[in-house]
Amino acid sequence: MIIKGGIVYDPANGIFGEEMDLCVDEGRMAEDGKGEVIDARGLLVMPGGVDAHSHIAGTKVNTGRIMRPDDARLGIEPRSGVCRPCTGYTVPNCYAIGYRYARMGYTTAFEAATPIIEARHTHEELEEIPILDKGALTLFGNNWEVMECVRDKDIGKLAAYVAWGLRSARGYGVKIVNPGGGEAWGFGSNVKGPNDPVPNFDVTGAEIICGLAQANEMLRLPHSIHLHFNNLGKPGNYTTALETLELLKDIKPSRMRQVVHVAHMQFSAYGGTSWRDFESKAPVIADYFNSHNHATMDLGQLLFGSATTMTADAPLEYGNARLTHNKWSNHDIELEESSGVVPMVYFRKMLVNAVQWAIGLELALLTRDPWKVLMTTDHPNGSPFINYPEVITLLMSKPKRDAEMATLHEQLPKRTSLGGIERELDWTEIAIMTRAAPARILGLVDKGHFGPGADADISIYNLRPEEIDPSRDHALVKKALAAAKYTIKSGIVVSQEGQILAAPQGRTFWVDAAVPKADTDRLMVDLQEKFEKYYSVRLSNYAVQDAYIPNPKVIRAGIQMEVA
Amino acid sequence: MKAIMISGRTLAQGAGCECKMSPDFLKAVSLCHLSKGDYDALGLCEGKNVQLKNEFGQVVLAPKVDAGLRQGMVFIPMGPWANVLVGPDTGGCGTPQFKGIEVEVEATDASVLEIRDLFRGLRRAQT
Amino acid sequence: MIVEDAICSFCGCLCDDINVEVEEGKIKRVRHACRLGSSKILGHDRIKAPMIRRGGKLSEVSYQEAYDRAAEILLRAQKPLLYGWASTVCEAQKKGILLAEEVGGVLDSTATVCHGPSVIGIEEKGLPGATLGQVKNRADTIVFWGCNPAEAHPRHSLRYSSNVCGRFTPEGRAGRTIVVVDVRETRTSKNADKTVIIQPGTDYEVISALRMLVAGKGDGVPDEVGGVPKAELDGLAKTLLAARFGAVFFGLGITHSRGRYKNIDNALSLVAELNSHTKFVIMPMRGHYNVGGIGQVLAWSSGFPMSVDFTRNAPYFNPGETAACDLLAKADTDAAMIIAADAASSFPRAAVEALAKIPVIQIDPYENPTTLISEVVIPSAIAGVEAEGTAYRMDGMALRMRKLVDTSYPSDEEILSHILESVHRLQRGLER
Repeated sequence: MIIKGGIVYDPANGIFGEEMDLCVDEGRMAEDGKGEVIDARGLLVMPGGVDAHSHIAGTKVNTGRIMRPDDARLGIEPRSGVCRPCTGYTVPNCYAIGYRYARMGYTTAFEAATPIIEARHTHEELEEIPILDKGALTLFGNNWEVMECVRDKDIGKLAAYVAWGLRSARGYGVKIVNPGGGEAWGFGSNVKGPNDPVPNFDVTGAEIICGLAQANEMLRLPHSIHLHFNNLGKPGNYTTALETLELLKDIKPSRMRQVVHVAHMQFSAYGGTSWRDFESKAPVIADYFNSHNHATMDLGQLLFGSATTMTADAPLEYGNARLTHNKWSNHDIELEESSGVVPMVYFRKMLVNAVQWAIGLELALLTRDPWKVLMTTDHPNGSPFINYPEVITLLMSKPKRDAEMATLHEQLPKRTSLGGIERELDWTEIAIMTRAAPARILGLVDKGHFGPGADADISIYNLRPEEIDPSRDHALVKKALAAAKYTIKSGIVVSQEGQILAAPQGRTFWVDAAVPKADTDRLMVDLQEKFEKYYSVRLSNYAVQDAYIPNPKVIRAGIQMEVA
Repeated sequence: MKAIMISGRTLAQGAGCECKMSPDFLKAVSLCHLSKGDYDALGLCEGKNVQLKNEFGQVVLAPKVDAGLRQGMVFIPMGPWANVLVGPDTGGCGTPQFKGIEVEVEATDASVLEIRDLFRGLRRAQT
Repeated sequence: MIVEDAICSFCGCLCDDINVEVEEGKIKRVRHACRLGSSKILGHDRIKAPMIRRGGKLSEVSYQEAYDRAAEILLRAQKPLLYGWASTVCEAQKKGILLAEEVGGVLDSTATVCHGPSVIGIEEKGLPGATLGQVKNRADTIVFWGCNPAEAHPRHSLRYSSNVCGRFTPEGRAGRTIVVVDVRETRTSKNADKTVIIQPGTDYEVISALRMLVAGKGDGVPDEVGGVPKAELDGLAKTLLAARFGAVFFGLGITHSRGRYKNIDNALSLVAELNSHTKFVIMPMRGHYNVGGIGQVLAWSSGFPMSVDFTRNAPYFNPGETAACDLLAKADTDAAMIIAADAASSFPRAAVEALAKIPVIQIDPYENPTTLISEVVIPSAIAGVEAEGTAYRMDGMALRMRKLVDTSYPSDEEILSHILESVHRLQRGLER
């Protein structure tokens, strides 16, 4: 395949809007190509989108579906052509997830949080999502074995457990959510911050985070720890964010990347002491990211309208339910984690929601280096992913932001600096935040760029970057981003002008990390005991079997690299 | 006698649910549990059966004393005999009401129908 | 040869510690399973070969003939019902959903004669729950409401609930308070510390009274609710509030009786209320080993967990209209495929009579009353014994069922794939 004459944005390779041809050979970017010719003259061309933090598969996603037939009824698309029927808006069915991402030009998406013991379910759903390459991050932050290793300061055994857990879950990276709080929620309480001891376990969240970060780097995992802070969603929680980030600044990353990736920073950039004096602390947070290089973030942008909050931060969800008198699902997972699901609606005229909306945008606009910022909505917590074009155009257009702000609660300007920010992101920055940076942050070496050998995941939009002014013509931009002219996945045109033409199966990325046998042997003594005494499932039935990953892409890592 | 009927699971019913055509299943499921008080009040004894009847149908079952039941309540293991007495209406929710059904109970000398006889006479579609 | 940690394919407990002795390709002995599981795994007489009813009698045919006839029936129908699904694995369920989409039918599971009302309740209120291991390790107070696990989930108490020891429950039964709420005494209530007998059909009122008592609004509760004196209800409320970690398990006692889904809605609200005082979870006691699975698979495939109508090319869900018993009550279906369930035994008699009037395809290992009214009978391998696949436990935990012995019977998944092939062939033929 040859894509001719596109205006190409490939920031990872130093290409910022150059007219050039792209060649594809056997599903990968190549120097030369032949075959199908796609005319992209003058059109915006970027690598396929990479979503590094989205809730797309597993127990809590399906719980969201089951408890929300009201949501399923929105966004019904009958079966047609190669497409199976689609339903849902904030909790779309599996087919909708694949087709809708692909229509927008996205080709890779990662499930943000999976407990090891429920990873089988996650992989069943991932396999039902068409087109996309995918992976799942594995939860470790409230895990009994993790907490005991951390308490005993046994990082070798901890690393062995992380490797074992990733293999059992066929997971891609280490996810930490409200460390310690999920375990406290097992008896209905929470932790007040990273220094609050976890009941019954003699460790703190800070120790859990640092221990896992050390283990992560010992194992040379492609991604860093991926962290959802304690106190998420609470007024004044920006201090928790800063103090937690400080814990990690002296850890050396084992690869050319961050030491910690912060999930949905928006929800942890809150000032004020209550909902009454709630305000944005995005400038302080952005300042920190500007003056430190060990952390990256994804936005978790909130948009008005319907959402479904789903997170391993179960106490937070309980709080959401009580606040909004809404239906509430909770799911605590033995020895490992907690989670909750609560529908939500965000209102323009609710000051708190308006401030939250502003915070996400402020974070992106005030952080100088776009390589540190990923554009996400923490789907479906902030908004469904189908609304990414809305976020992108807000970031690219001050007039659009101003127009939107004029419709929001009139106190908003007092609580956020957004009104005074002139910066408008350009295509290079957008390409970084939605393609190049997520790939680099996750450690996906063949994604997010067009270098030779990279996966031929390409998005071509009905936009002429050399002619159009995204600031003024934001409506056009939004429309064009919603349905790519072409979405190409591994060299196959999967979507054209919003119509799905092909739905090939994507691959599932997971990490197989090697550790010294002696550490694994010590670990297995602990695990045999846990399975004998505490788990409700037998050890031999626990790990995800090969049958669930028919299209694996295994990334090797570890303390000792395996000899081929 | 009037009674409230509930139908539900029993170990014997469950153990036999994959051999429903067997005599064991018949014995396990074509039963009507009653309190001792009701058993006596109906004049039941070894060899006598009970007939249960309501607007949906009537069925003959073998009686069994069950100390856990109060008077005025009967229990039938779930299955095709019990379902003769269950109405088709789902009250708009999709699920019929299998428990809490009004029935008339009386002693009888009639026999319990074997499972094939229970279904004999159902009209088969002509295809 | 001993297969260890086999997973039982009977009830929603999905016990995964079963030892099965296999000799010369046959199952000789089963250890650790309860009477229900042993019976299932050891096996029963099977349907020998596919059959088609001709002149009123079922006569043996080849599998292909049966597949073709099944495809014909489904395609000819305007609104076929594809029902059952609870006793097979997810891999088969996925094929079934595709088949329902292709032929334009209604797909429903046994949930609609079981915990369907629980699903509706969850749609109203959500499900404040946990995995069974949480109950094992933390629960000091357990309520069995309208269920009788001693007879329906025999190993539940020793593996997951009343009698099991865990990290924060080292004393096991001795450290727990077990409460049974039912309309009668049962084998389960024999192991209870407190049994509350209520009048049939009064669960809703009793739950409401408890909610009021728990919320400190007991003044509004009458002297007697559901035949239970207020003092007893007050005592129960206090027991619940005193829990460090409470678990409510509920069953068909409240899904099947007056109020149905409203009872569940209320119970879910009670547990949500209890969570503002202490820690509580609630869990439906799913009857069949993979009724949970069809709910999960259907939800991620279509957005809805049961009673999904695909006749208009897009999923439509409306229990009361699209559930199996609704369709039959209104003669609103003109063919049925009954797989991994025995509709003729489980449905109200009038629904069975309606079923008998339309062509029925049965896919099942065993002869049962549904066989008596079927036009096409296709014997299948037993999932969990002769075929591998995924099943979801009552708490949503997914496990992989093992294959213990070989068989010449096709699996449900294979059967459905073949029927799909026949459907496609017929559709192509019709287009010409």
